Amino acid sequence: MSRRLLPSGDAALLVECDTLDEVLALHDALAADAPAGLVELVPAARTILVAVDPERLPLESAATWVRRIPAEAAARRAGHVADEVTVDVVYDGDDLRGAAGHLGVSPEALAARHQAAEWRVAFIGFAPGFGYLVSDDWPFEVPRLDAPRSRVPAGAVALAGAFAGVYPRQSPGGWRLIGRTDAVLWDPAADSPTLFVPGRRVRFRAVDRP
Amino acid sequence: MTRVTVEVPGPLVLVEDLGRPGHAHLGVAGSGALDRSALALANRLVGNPDGAAGLEILMGGFRARFDEETWIAITGAWGRVVVDGRPVAPYAAARVTAGAVLEIGPAERGARYVLAVRGGIDEPMELGSRSRDTLAAFGPAPVAAGRVLEIGPVPAASVPLLDREAAFPPPAGAVTLALLPGPRADWFTDAAHTALFDAAWRFSEQADRVGARLLGPALERRVPGELASEATVPGSIQVAGDGRPTILLADRPVTGGYPVIAIVAPASLDAVAQLRPGQEVRFRHAHPA
Repeated sequence: MSRRLLPSGDAALLVECDTLDEVLALHDALAADAPAGLVELVPAARTILVAVDPERLPLESAATWVRRIPAEAAARRAGHVADEVTVDVVYDGDDLRGAAGHLGVSPEALAARHQAAEWRVAFIGFAPGFGYLVSDDWPFEVPRLDAPRSRVPAGAVALAGAFAGVYPRQSPGGWRLIGRTDAVLWDPAADSPTLFVPGRRVRFRAVDRP
Repeated sequence: MTRVTVEVPGPLVLVEDLGRPGHAHLGVAGSGALDRSALALANRLVGNPDGAAGLEILMGGFRARFDEETWIAITGAWGRVVVDGRPVAPYAAARVTAGAVLEIGPAERGARYVLAVRGGIDEPMELGSRSRDTLAAFGPAPVAAGRVLEIGPVPAASVPLLDREAAFPPPAGAVTLALLPGPRADWFTDAAHTALFDAAWRFSEQADRVGARLLGPALERRVPGELASEATVPGSIQVAGDGRPTILLADRPVTGGYPVIAIVAPASLDAVAQLRPGQEVRFRHAHPA
């Protein structure tokens, strides 16, 4: 596994991997072995930002920690069991039929595969709580809309590329909408402000009404 | 409980403290006062902890009334400040009496005044901070005319008796900012790096708490193609497809898809908060720590 350490100011470094799978494995390994003075780990599609409090964890020490940590198959390592949340979905999105047609499956089959997959929050992007979910059980790639919607409602359950997601708040968006949920994805007044946290497992479950 | 009624807010008045670090993995930026040292100084002048919430007042044109006697301090931008018509010295604690009216005139130097009130602005916390995040749109709402702000309990520390310390207004001329290497420095040509440090950049009108665009030569890429979005730190200078650099600030999106050529060193970042459109900006290499 390759990991390149790139500079990112005097209190962070950016670790670059070749694939998202490597990012996920390395993120789990780092999260399971966090030293004092680590401020946070921010995973993205190919990178993890490692931010430190330099007075408690010098950047050089953080670099050594990142270089040396074993991360082969670390995602399944004992002692780091990620929690799981279930999100109830009404599969009636405006793009469900179109996305299914694009993939050559029925809308019912697409919804069934979406529920059967064990998803994992890979990283948060775009907006607070907007998780990019990936799954080894998900074979589909769905192109984004050519023209993004100016207004996607909060709770819209959506697909783009190989990712699944849920819009935490009303916003513009180019993902394909397959359903909706009334789960609260973002509540800045709560102790846990986002439902989706990197590493968390997610299941979707069909319901007749939200 | 002391209250402040903001009668005229001016273009933009926000409640800010030192922000909410440690939530970027949830998609939440650090936010907080753009001129952090100005907030810390204003707080110290009135005996508050450095991180108490104050008001970040863009360009002035502000008026507020205090219902009880208290202490205030104004730092950051430089302009005419009066309490009940009497001038108040910049960067100094001032006593205001019950019913006093504070007026902050147009900024003559700098762009953001910081007002600290003894006890701090007591708005509800979200994710451990009273800061308004303008991009994610949470935290205390922008202060509108007529808003009544509660002031927190008087802190244990007394108002320090300081000799008047030398106070310097934000510079009107060229400002030089120190740069650290960025994660994607190698995506740019040697000519781009030379231009970054040699050019006389201009601070543009497109500048807010999310980011500040600079006007100058296009910075040429050596590596073409798209970058997968990656997390940035405050001060990151990202270069868009047209070669134009933007300094990402406190309310930036947590991840960005444009390569970061360099990073404004933390010691220089507060100065960015005080730059005005058209002002000249130059870059130098930061001295190694």
